[in-house]
Amino acid sequence: MVLSVKHLLGIKELNVKDIEQIFQTADNFKQVLQRSIKKVPTLRDITVANIFFENSTRTRLSFELAEKRLGADVVNFSASGSSVSKGETLIDTVNNILAMKVDMVVMRHSASGAPWFLANHINASIINAGDGINEHPTQALLDAYSIREKLGDLKGKRITIIGDIMHSRVALSNIYCLNKLGAEVTVSGPPTLIPKHIASLGVRVEYNVKKALEWCDVANVLRIQLERQHKPLFSTLREYALYYGVNRSMLDSLKRDIIIMHPGPINRGVEINSDVADSKHSIILGQVENGVAIRMAVIYLLSGKREMEQ
Amino acid sequence: MKTLLNNDQLNITLQRLAHQLVENHLSFKDTAIIGIQPRGIFLSNRIADMVKKITGNNNIDYGKLDITFYRDDVQSRDILVPSDTNIPFSIQGKNVILIDDVLHTGRTIRSAMDALIDFGRPKKVELLVLIDRRFSRELPVQPDYAGQTVDTILTQKVKVYWKEKDGKDEVVLIDKI
Repeated sequence: MVLSVKHLLGIKELNVKDIEQIFQTADNFKQVLQRSIKKVPTLRDITVANIFFENSTRTRLSFELAEKRLGADVVNFSASGSSVSKGETLIDTVNNILAMKVDMVVMRHSASGAPWFLANHINASIINAGDGINEHPTQALLDAYSIREKLGDLKGKRITIIGDIMHSRVALSNIYCLNKLGAEVTVSGPPTLIPKHIASLGVRVEYNVKKALEWCDVANVLRIQLERQHKPLFSTLREYALYYGVNRSMLDSLKRDIIIMHPGPINRGVEINSDVADSKHSIILGQVENGVAIRMAVIYLLSGKREMEQ
Repeated sequence: MKTLLNNDQLNITLQRLAHQLVENHLSFKDTAIIGIQPRGIFLSNRIADMVKKITGNNNIDYGKLDITFYRDDVQSRDILVPSDTNIPFSIQGKNVILIDDVLHTGRTIRSAMDALIDFGRPKKVELLVLIDRRFSRELPVQPDYAGQTVDTILTQKVKVYWKEKDGKDEVVLIDKI
């Protein structure tokens, strides 16, 4: 086995060697994606099911492209319009999909821990495409990969994560990933959106966004996850934008250039202004491009020797 | 263990192979050399250097091809870590000489041809190998240039050592139990 894990559930369970291995393999797939024929026949005998219990644009498209460019067969499932609304349980749903001879499951679910639960009950390899407010491992991998591409080694690099840290699975996976790779992390945003004990994960907390930007080499700006906030945690989006939004004049006041990242979807004018998101320091679309290569690497590395049925 | 080629013999064989290539492709104007990763590269590096020396053409198209993603046994063995592919030129309409150290079942070459076609449509593809294990073929693949042809059985193994990697130039035949 090349990776130490059978599933990609969270970054927490990966070791540094796993992450390096994924990056190195992604380099090869990135090369493939730059050719005129952006496809290899590697996984022509496996079928992957993308099971999405939550909305997604980028992640879902990115996984589907990654699977198709590896030559795998793909089936897509989304909870809306399925029998989930008729009361079918998660295990039943997935087992029925697996009964149709599916080898690998990519799942997004609104309940934190859902992929771990599933991994205990089914045989296929599972890739977590985001579970509740817990982890979004492939996003963290592609974020770190994009930083590595820009700045080289991540050791000692300073990354600030700004926004709704409390409800963001991107933030948690990023913290695990960047820590493992030796980068320093600061989280910033309104105190109500930053968990009380987050410092115990080995990150700095800086409530002043400007100061957090002055400190860092890379700023990863996150969306406000209104769909997960069940009580008001800040007054208005306008006020949030005023105090915590990243804008041009803020960046201009820094003495040096920093790299701007965002996992998408962007709420322009709230957490980030257009003149920042579209500036030459933004690598937001580069992140999306790298996402396909990273997901190809993860799927390939997890596709290894399976016990043959019969 | 039996030595198939020692240091001097290996060098003479490489010289012959390089000259045979030049005999057929003259100035290498429309011909490219592509080595197969990982171990075919040591051979293709030597051959490319020799061909440059013989022809006086220092701009020969020379690339490296990794076939990991094109193997037909991905699902039945452990996952392999790929090496780099680097083909910094168009192979469209060119003569391509594929180079690998040992030709055994022919499956690597089948994968290599699939991989190659994804880069364009070569006019012609030829195969150069150092050692041809001729009775072990599982696919109808034959070399156009072979350093040495040996008759082996499946339990035997041909090992090619290169100075750059292994500290010596030698080809040996190993009897496995």
